[in-house]
Amino acid sequence: MNDIHEITVDAVLENIPAVTDWVNDLLEQADCPMKAQLQLDVAIDELFSNIARYAYAPQTGKATLRLALLQQPAGVALTFIDQGKPYDPLAKVDPDVTLSAEERAIGGLGIFLVKKTMDDMTYARQEDSNVLTITKLF
Amino acid sequence: MNIQKIKQDSQLTLALEGRLDTVTAPALEACLNENIAGITALTFDLTGLEYISSAGLRVLLSAQKRMAPQGPMTVKHVNETIQEIFDVTGFSDFLHIE
Repeated sequence: MNDIHEITVDAVLENIPAVTDWVNDLLEQADCPMKAQLQLDVAIDELFSNIARYAYAPQTGKATLRLALLQQPAGVALTFIDQGKPYDPLAKVDPDVTLSAEERAIGGLGIFLVKKTMDDMTYARQEDSNVLTITKLF
Repeated sequence: MNIQKIKQDSQLTLALEGRLDTVTAPALEACLNENIAGITALTFDLTGLEYISSAGLRVLLSAQKRMAPQGPMTVKHVNETIQEIFDVTGFSDFLHIE
């Protein structure tokens, strides 16, 4: 039986610390290793900031985070849900990480970083919602 | 995030503590904008930094580009999580990490 928690907040950058704290509290109760927790915190920053900046622009809207603690194997699945414009971050081409500092454009690394540090990442457009799930095994 | 500035002549060390992310990166960017002129050696001390997201990477990249004609930029005391972020994004290839 999975243990599921959910929170819905305004999709604004100012709410990143609050949702990060909410997730961290649940992860600590689940004995999540520190490294996995820090990687999840980075993922929250990347994914929630994308929703806050782009999903409803120029209006604002809500974002829901759903956290499911997984058993066998132990881990966590974190789902980001918004009712903004359809947007599949997995459709983006990965940035070239072999370029030198001078050749690099500023930006484009966030989703790539999440892909590399999580065990799984899936996207679905469900009715009027973007549903993006990241899974991290402990 | 806390930023502690240590300036000796034209050498600047910025000791960062907490999280360098979307919410805090603008403060570091502003600090660099105010202080980077005339600096010949820039050091980031990450002893107290928990993690860095792409917003923080952007600020480091921008600092690296600005320091290129001025002098060396060094990143010190990088924890395992941050080192892995530097590795997967290729930042390890151009950052001088001590």
